[in-house]
Amino acid sequence: MKNSNIPDPFEKARLEKGFGEMDDQNDPVVMALRHKDVRRCAHNHKTFQSGAEPGRIVIPSEVNIRDIRQIPFEVDPPMHGEYRAVVEQWFKRPLEEAYTAQLEKQIGALVEEAITKDSVEVIKEFSLVLQSRALTLLFNVSFSESETWISWGTHVFRSEESALDASKANILYDYIDAQIENSIKNPGEDFYSKLLAAEVNGKKLTKEEIKGVVILTFAGGRDTVINAVTNSIAYFSEHPKSLERLKKEPELINFAIEELIRYFSPLTQMGRVATEDTQVCEHAVKADTRISLNWASANRDANVFENPNEVVIDRKMNPHVAFGFGTHNCLGATHARQILKVLIHTLIEKVSSIEIIDAKENIETLGEFKRKVGFDNINVKFN
Amino acid sequence: MAKITFVTQSNETITVEGNSGNVMELAVQNKIKGIDGNCGGVCSCATCHVHVEPSDWDKVGAPNSMESDMLEFDEKVSDYSRLSCQMKISEDLDGIVLKVAN
Ligand code: HEM
Ligand code: HEM
Ligand code: FES
Repeated sequence: MKNSNIPDPFEKARLEKGFGEMDDQNDPVVMALRHKDVRRCAHNHKTFQSGAEPGRIVIPSEVNIRDIRQIPFEVDPPMHGEYRAVVEQWFKRPLEEAYTAQLEKQIGALVEEAITKDSVEVIKEFSLVLQSRALTLLFNVSFSESETWISWGTHVFRSEESALDASKANILYDYIDAQIENSIKNPGEDFYSKLLAAEVNGKKLTKEEIKGVVILTFAGGRDTVINAVTNSIAYFSEHPKSLERLKKEPELINFAIEELIRYFSPLTQMGRVATEDTQVCEHAVKADTRISLNWASANRDANVFENPNEVVIDRKMNPHVAFGFGTHNCLGATHARQILKVLIHTLIEKVSSIEIIDAKENIETLGEFKRKVGFDNINVKFN
Repeated sequence: MAKITFVTQSNETITVEGNSGNVMELAVQNKIKGIDGNCGGVCSCATCHVHVEPSDWDKVGAPNSMESDMLEFDEKVSDYSRLSCQMKISEDLDGIVLKVAN
């Protein structure tokens, strides 16, 4: 099997039952696996809420390691829309020319540096660096902040010993506190200052709310972008013809980005909490228990996608849910898409081939399912 | 060549001309407010949602099943909803009026 393949572990359960089950810290999860059910449940925020106890809709659950509500992620309509309106425009900045130009500079320099090395460990030496530097643009803070973020490593909330590590999460919380204080003293054009000046329903956001927005921006865009970038490198390494085709037909690049995101589905699933006794795909779900919207499974549903397990680089009709669906659809999607676009253009321009030297897969265990999401490490040579 | 008129949520009326591509792309090129085209036209984001003027519906035609499945869950869906990225520009669309849904 090719290194860049991402198998679909949900197929059998999706076809036979339409749902899957997993336990997570004694708070079990019923997974919606079919495209139609995932969209239906995502749409039905009254029955399947995001605004439960903070941390509970994330799988693995984070209720034991944080109390701060992530905003707008853990808020339901109508309040969700009020918060979202505050940040929506800010998250469209990646479409501005100056932003793209900066991104081109950053990624260009990173790729050029990679070419000079005999071997590059893509996760730590490439994707983490790329993601951290690019995030300085989204925050509109100094480039040098990225050095701090890179030093945290890929798993800012995770220690070697345990998956859920509160003391590690504190590094991020303390950092954010300090940044907010700094922007109170010296308001500028950065994201923190923007949030400090913002009003929701005529009231300023509290520090707690600001922290909720900022933490989400750090957390939501870290593993997801790192996996998307790393998996793209692995894919183009093993499919040089696809890169050649994109070089000849650059108008296909948009389709390629959506298709890679569908295929990778960097965020496997996200939870919701049932507010009443209900069902998912005819399976009973009790009030105050969890379901999940399994984006990765929905994205391989053969009822919607022809040849779902193949990367069809010019797939035209592609109603994937890799960035979620409906109310909470990914705010960082514009930033993520722009990163991939610039990355592909840069690879076309500067790289002739990429060789994989060795790779160790990163497999998530979700009850009976084991899903590859990317790599723990992967060494390559850029030529 | 087709002349297409967009009416935005703030009731601005803008008429633009297009030759090729799809209506979402035309709207984005002309910076029509409320049409973002986030997914680039693959029918995955619904940020290109328009309401077709009822009298123009026959010119435009009904959505296919994938598009209507997408529209089904949109808060602002109407009997005359289309995703403009799925509308190919051609002479047939000349003169139509589209109300931007968002
Ligand atoms: C390829 C990369 C990414 C993928 C696949 C991805 C995926 C997702 C998904 C599936 C959701 C929906 C969650 C739900 O319905 O509960 C979501 C929401 C969100 N994402 Fe992303 N994401 C990516 C990158 C980013 C980036 C770069 C940022 C910010 C820097 C970000 C910030 C957010 C935020 C703030 C939300 C919550 C929006 C809301 O609740 O209204 N994401 N993301
Ligand atoms: C304060 C907020 C958050 C904290 C403390 C946090 C914490 C964690 C922890 C501890 C893990 C490792 C789990 C494990 O290995 O078993 C993890 C993984 C992950 N988180 Fe979060 N998370 C936060 C928010 C988010 C959000 C908002 C998203 C997406 C919208 C997200 C997406 C992911 C993904 C995709 C992984 C799996 C990455 C991988 O293992 O490769 N996280 N997170
Ligand atoms: S542009 Fe995304 S659905 Fe039309």
